[in-house]
Amino acid sequence: MSLSLSGSTRNLPQYGALVAVLLANWLLFPDFFSIRLQDGRLFGSLVDVMNRGAPVALLAIGMTMVIATRGVDLSVGAIMAISGAIAATMTQAGWGLSAVLAASLASGLLCGLWNGVLVAVLRIQPIIATLILMVAGRGIAQLVTEGQIVTFVSPDLAAIGSGSFLTVPMPVVLTVAMLGLTALLVRMTALGLMIESVGVNRLSSAYAGVNTPVILIAVYVWCGLCAAVAGLIVTADIRGADANNAGLWLELDAILAVVVGGTSLLGGRFGLLMSVVGAAILQAMNTGILLSGFKPEFNLIVKAAVLLVVLLAQSPALTTLLPRPRGAQPIKPHPVAPKRTTP
Amino acid sequence: MTHPHAPPLLAIRGLSKAFLGVQALDGVDFTLRHGEVHALLGENGAGKSTLIKTLTGVYQRDGGTIALCGEEIAPRSVEDAQRLNIGTVYQEVNLLPNLSVAENLFLGRQPMRFGLVDRAAMRRRARVILDGYGLSIDVAAPLQRFSVATQQIVAIARAVDMSAKVLILDEPTASLDAQEVAVLFDVMRGLKARGIGIVFVTHFLDQVYAVCDRITVLRNGRLVGERRAADLPRLDLVAMMLGRELEAASHRLAQPEEIDDSRPPLVRFQGFGKTRSVAPFDLDIRPGEVVGLAGLLGSGRTETARLAFGVDRADSGSVTVDGEKTQLRGPREAVRLGFGYCPEDRKKEGIVGALSVRENIILALQARQGWLKPIPRRRQQEIADRFIRLLDIRTPDAERPIQLLSGGNQQKALLARWLATEPRFLILDEPTRGIDVGAHAEIIRLIERLCADGMALLVVSSELEEIVAYSRRVIVLRDRHHVDVLRGEDVSVERIVASIASESPPSPVPPSPVAEVRP
Repeated sequence: MSLSLSGSTRNLPQYGALVAVLLANWLLFPDFFSIRLQDGRLFGSLVDVMNRGAPVALLAIGMTMVIATRGVDLSVGAIMAISGAIAATMTQAGWGLSAVLAASLASGLLCGLWNGVLVAVLRIQPIIATLILMVAGRGIAQLVTEGQIVTFVSPDLAAIGSGSFLTVPMPVVLTVAMLGLTALLVRMTALGLMIESVGVNRLSSAYAGVNTPVILIAVYVWCGLCAAVAGLIVTADIRGADANNAGLWLELDAILAVVVGGTSLLGGRFGLLMSVVGAAILQAMNTGILLSGFKPEFNLIVKAAVLLVVLLAQSPALTTLLPRPRGAQPIKPHPVAPKRTTP
Repeated sequence: MTHPHAPPLLAIRGLSKAFLGVQALDGVDFTLRHGEVHALLGENGAGKSTLIKTLTGVYQRDGGTIALCGEEIAPRSVEDAQRLNIGTVYQEVNLLPNLSVAENLFLGRQPMRFGLVDRAAMRRRARVILDGYGLSIDVAAPLQRFSVATQQIVAIARAVDMSAKVLILDEPTASLDAQEVAVLFDVMRGLKARGIGIVFVTHFLDQVYAVCDRITVLRNGRLVGERRAADLPRLDLVAMMLGRELEAASHRLAQPEEIDDSRPPLVRFQGFGKTRSVAPFDLDIRPGEVVGLAGLLGSGRTETARLAFGVDRADSGSVTVDGEKTQLRGPREAVRLGFGYCPEDRKKEGIVGALSVRENIILALQARQGWLKPIPRRRQQEIADRFIRLLDIRTPDAERPIQLLSGGNQQKALLARWLATEPRFLILDEPTRGIDVGAHAEIIRLIERLCADGMALLVVSSELEEIVAYSRRVIVLRDRHHVDVLRGEDVSVERIVASIASESPPSPVPPSPVAEVRP
């Protein structure tokens, strides 16, 4: 739908919303933009927004591609719980960091493979297929931790959550790295084109020779990997695994971040960076409401109101009503061709 | 059976209906008398569906009148039509398979007793109704336990019991086998004797002559004519449906060059077929040869094309490409073999709407190369620009989403998609459907050029002149069988029409009509 807007103006609603939310935070809390260096690590509200937003941003990266294929992955929160549970339990049992990381990430890949096979091979609707793991995954995580909150002492693993690299908090570094890696993978190969093509029209893509099952499996596997990284960060941050609450409801935040970022649930064109911006908007709002001293009860309502505004700003129906910006054409809903009924 | 001056059961006069500027019905007349079976025939886009849907209240007409027993009516909804005694049974049974037969018969009008459904009375009455159709089944059993034919009869019984004057049967036989068709016809004759008027829509000409009294033919939203079935030879009927004046001479635009038949074929299908789709057929295609597939709607043309590209997997026979036996497991395999396929339904199966013209053009080539070897952006641009120039695709630039192009330009972009892969064998299903006259001629010229370049083509088209113009050989299909091959001098519109219209040879097992595969 971005056809008539050039690349720079197309993402205006997202950047605008991010700036507006940050400015609102600044008004509420004048120290919002101050950043200081302490013990070789950056501190400040803005850094905090990025740090806290990292798990959802990671989920959103994987979710973007799933949604681009006209799917959705509800199980990412549960996958976070599984990867976190495996990391914490193995660390407690004395395994080394590399084995822990490998096992934890592998669990994410495996979960993604499961989802991908259900969707691509067994052709179950994505929302149902991933609902299975959303429910079962938390059970698996509880089995791994044997129903306990597993805590561990491992400075190496904890560093993933609370450490820093060149003064930047580790979760932010990992998110940027994943974003770069994913962008490289889809934009330097033909994967991006095929993901969009499958999302727009799976049948046409298959008839053109695109290996649609493999593309679908790949996006779910990558989404699982992103979720596993997010699970590691959360576990490392709290130095423990809580199978009941790790990543709880974060799949919904991730979907929201993707949609706020402008990728349509109807599949097709996707923007990885914009999804991360969407996650940043969500987190900036959360932080702002906490800082403002409003009752936490307001949190959800304010969030909903802001999101509504962002989504309305992207809505094709609204853009045709509003006076158009100079040079830009209103985005028209695609004209529906007269349907010739086959007798 | 009625007074000669009594008004007919149903009289439609000057019916018109347009959809967003497309005239689906243009001043159509249709008359249904008491106690007759009236076939409503026509090819794709003829307006049969629109007529039926206007009659049953799904669509509201733009102009014209509908009179039932002399009284003008204007059904606003399906329920409204039912109240007016117009009942409809569709190809797919519109009942609830998990409910019992009796419940299906009385759904929405169950006999009540003390405010509760009187199940015993319902079953009793259901038994009586179905006995009238010679159907003695357990009416308490769920409907899904019975064959499609039985379900079809239950649907008819329900429609007749609710509204007993006009019954519309929209392709009821499409998923029935020969015996079931015979049972259905008995039911229809019984209803006819009760004075009910039946509108019968079907693609099977044999069935038309087996059961119908009158035939009305539509074409492109206009009435072609109404005839008594007994007075209308098959040949004339087919000519009416296809819109050909048989006297009119047709000539081939370009005589394809002589091709040595002894040369090995590029692609050879042997005993290739799929049950419930197309009966096994043999087909050889040589480089530089265009083979046309002709037949009425539902005769198996599209099914043949889909089998040849591996979209549907054949369950019998073999494929040989360049003398080597090979498997055709799916489109990907076909693309690897150097096949290409432009499907009939461009929108659903061809274009990737929201992607750009450039991306649509390079898609098949990229898919064949695999995702690891992306075509560099500059090269993509070159390929797209080359074909936009070569095929004269009218678009401001290659980055425009293909869905914004006109049908003809979309079709050319799809051809470009395959030409970019330098295919050896190209399958085109209705390449000129829904395309304006200018683009139409260009695509035909393009087909001739491709053939001259040594490509093998298999073209499905309902435009017979078109097929005759470029085909070296024409395969005629009827009732999902390849029934005739015309070559050389025999490739003419008249011969094709005659071949389509010829009677099926008498055989102990009539060709079984199978489920219509709709794209």
